[in-house]
Amino acid sequence: MTADSGVGWFERAETDDPVHEGRADRPREWPALAVERGFAADESEYYRRLREATLAAARGTVAEREGADDQQLVSAVRALDDCARTANELTERVAEWAGTRDPEATVDLGYARELAGREPETPVEERVISLATRVVALDDERAQLRAYIERTAPEVAPNLAALAGPVLATRLVALAGGLESLAKQPSSTVQVLGAEEALFAHLRGGADPPKHGVIYTHEAVRGTAREHRGSAARALAGKLTIAARIDHYSGEPNPDLAAELEERIERIRARDAS
Amino acid sequence: MSGSGLPEGVQRRSIGGETGLATRGDPVYGEPTDGDWRRWESRRSKLGSMLDRGLDTGILGGETVLYLGAASGTTVSHVADFAGPTYAVEFAPRPMRDLLGVAEDRSRLFPLLADARRPEQYAHVVEPVDLLVQDVATRGQARVALANRIFLRDSGRLVLAVKARSEDVTRDPSAVFEAVLAELESGYELLVTERLDPTHTDHLGVVARPR
Repeated sequence: MTADSGVGWFERAETDDPVHEGRADRPREWPALAVERGFAADESEYYRRLREATLAAARGTVAEREGADDQQLVSAVRALDDCARTANELTERVAEWAGTRDPEATVDLGYARELAGREPETPVEERVISLATRVVALDDERAQLRAYIERTAPEVAPNLAALAGPVLATRLVALAGGLESLAKQPSSTVQVLGAEEALFAHLRGGADPPKHGVIYTHEAVRGTAREHRGSAARALAGKLTIAARIDHYSGEPNPDLAAELEERIERIRARDAS
Repeated sequence: MSGSGLPEGVQRRSIGGETGLATRGDPVYGEPTDGDWRRWESRRSKLGSMLDRGLDTGILGGETVLYLGAASGTTVSHVADFAGPTYAVEFAPRPMRDLLGVAEDRSRLFPLLADARRPEQYAHVVEPVDLLVQDVATRGQARVALANRIFLRDSGRLVLAVKARSEDVTRDPSAVFEAVLAELESGYELLVTERLDPTHTDHLGVVARPR
């Protein structure tokens, strides 16, 4: 039992959004209680105020949702990649520099983190430790950006995020240049998004066509035996394309998609057995 | 209750040369209207389809309702037309935009953006109800009905549309329904079960009362 178990939405004057922020273990006769406790003169006034509160709360969330657009996500995932790449580069620099003085130095963020916590004793250590703190800050920023994407992608593209995971969904949106352009791509293009170099090498002649682009990171492709990966990538790209179209044109979650994908991938993997 | 078994406020009427269920309220989804009355398209509504088939739902009209899985508000708009205070729970923000439009035209339809699997998120708003309607497309539909049983008065009714494909696309729908019903029976006494094909493929309509 929480302390708030007997508190109705109308008794939470301290918050702007008592409808979304409140909690209770079980329902109570709220209209009668609200009248009894002087919140409303009678039940019809109670229902009038409940209507105002629930409409305002829902409108607030819808407005928030509309502010969370695909272009913000695109910037976030690009910043995420920049932070990760830069943190990695600087981690190497820190390890190399620290290694001249500390035999325990290794090229990893854990070491940089540990170094950042030390007290410098010489001017050189001051510089190395200061650099290590930048690495740590960059890595923290990367984690924050990922958390932002994980929170926001399901709002912007619920079906795509459910099927691909929030980060891969965002990468696809970024590679296509936005949710609308992703929704308008044929699934054969979605399949090779992120493999443009390989695709152009193929078009120039000589090279094999790429089987997959960034969707390679999806378990449906990566977890499938090499000889069936092309089929798996094609099936995945097909479902992702449908998900992006639903997200762009209607936005209603469709839980069938994930189950259908699972079924297709299982069938593709079962070809090994036969 | 009328002889047809329809709730007060729901009638079978001829609108635009076609006879079907109708309620009185502002139109929502382009359905044909005749004066105050508007067609309740049973092809677009599982609850509408259950009433249209003459299933004994026990709904009289005027009940306090908790509706889980309101989506864009097609069905819940008709429910609010014939019922009393109606609480409409929907998890996704996008359909909530349409549901808001429906709620703005009705005085006792309360939209709640919440997860039907977590009743503690809305128990501080929703009062005990006479009718629990559930149409959620998620896995664990029996668990949702059981978790929300706390809202249902002892004399109340659960009217549920079970979607087989939401539980498991690969399993035979009959097997899925059997499993869902068995789980439901731990908290509800089943009164009516009927497949809603062909209007709603692989859906089962259920009427139950709390044990």
